[in-house]
Amino acid sequence: MDVSTTVNGEAVTRDVEPRQLLVHFIRETLGLKGTHWGCDTSNCGACVVQMDGRPVKSCTVLTAMCEGHEIRTVESLEVDGELDPLQQGFHELHALHCGFCTPGMLMTARALLDENPNPTDGEIRTAISGAICRCTGYKNIVSAVQWAAEHEAIAKQEV
Amino acid sequence: MDGALAALARLGGEARIVAGGHSLLPMMKLRLANPEHLVDINDVTELAYIREGWDEIRIGAMTRHFDLLESDLLAQRFPLFRDAETMIADPVVRNRGTIGGSLCQADAAEDLSAVCSAAKAQVVIVGPEGERVVGMEDFHVGPYMTAVGTGEILTEIRLPVRPGAGSAHEKVERRAGDWAIAAASAALWIDAGTIADAGVALSAVGLTTIHLTRAEELLRGKPPSEELFGQVVEIASEDCAPSADGRGPVDYKRHLAGVLAHRALRRSAARALNQEV
Repeated sequence: MDVSTTVNGEAVTRDVEPRQLLVHFIRETLGLKGTHWGCDTSNCGACVVQMDGRPVKSCTVLTAMCEGHEIRTVESLEVDGELDPLQQGFHELHALHCGFCTPGMLMTARALLDENPNPTDGEIRTAISGAICRCTGYKNIVSAVQWAAEHEAIAKQEV
Repeated sequence: MDGALAALARLGGEARIVAGGHSLLPMMKLRLANPEHLVDINDVTELAYIREGWDEIRIGAMTRHFDLLESDLLAQRFPLFRDAETMIADPVVRNRGTIGGSLCQADAAEDLSAVCSAAKAQVVIVGPEGERVVGMEDFHVGPYMTAVGTGEILTEIRLPVRPGAGSAHEKVERRAGDWAIAAASAALWIDAGTIADAGVALSAVGLTTIHLTRAEELLRGKPPSEELFGQVVEIASEDCAPSADGRGPVDYKRHLAGVLAHRALRRSAARALNQEV
């Protein structure tokens, strides 16, 4: 079946199997390997992408459900060689070790900061409660999201 | 909506509606569900709403958990929804999962079935023959089985609004996103110091949502008290039917069902009487 959707701002139409999951559309059909395929049971959050601005687990969304919708993946964060403040924050504060959960963490946190630019640690922990990290113990991830929130606030003041 | 009904009529009994898909797709991956065709109603946006009428609140079946959690109207009229929604799955799953999908999945461990039972909800089912309205007491006909028949779609949940209402949902889970070990929903309508009506239901402690009709009968017509709620604790422990699994043994779950029913009733009464601390 033909599915037309927008991925990272670009309109794409592809002939896909009706049973195809969004995560495989992103990774295999479009070749965007930044999104990770983890537990396949909507528990781990590694596959999180944004659909119309809200984070969703792409292992539990069918490609066919994306007809006419906007998908945003981790590849969209870096613009013209400049990292998103979240990516920079993860780098600065060592918020990853193996990196498997990182794309999902970033897209979940991006949606949080777009909605709530000044979250508490508790709000960050709630937002990422659907994403599992087995390396960091979460503390550095929460700190990195706070780092991004602070730097985005500073950047806004300077403009 | 007409398109979805036409598709169901054309595809027959092998077709299934997919709403948010966060129960059905995992069930399909486990080969526990095997539909030949899926009819996707995610873009039937006319089924996504929370509206207040003069004597009831109407919730469209495609209203997502996120919107149920955020609704101040629901939090004010039926606070047990917000209690439950803060603990249903995780925030990312709540962006997709819907109330209609949750009810139709009819998993005994799912929270909104107990919430809607306690709130005395009615559901609207639309099919080729037209529309029918079914009470929650008749909606679940068995594990993973509902009153929604072939070719039909659950479209709306109706919550009757009556004065003196208070409600609460209590749940214990091992970690964010896990199924409940046990959960209890309660609603009380208190009129001049007497319980005019009561709803109590349990999740995750039986093959289906447990409607505690014996407790509801006991509560009706009496003033709310710790002693009265204590009697419901015994009923809850007796009338549930949990099985032992990784979340705990049977006696623990029976105990927990009682404790949670007690807490839910205590909070319902406090909310009905504006005495919540």
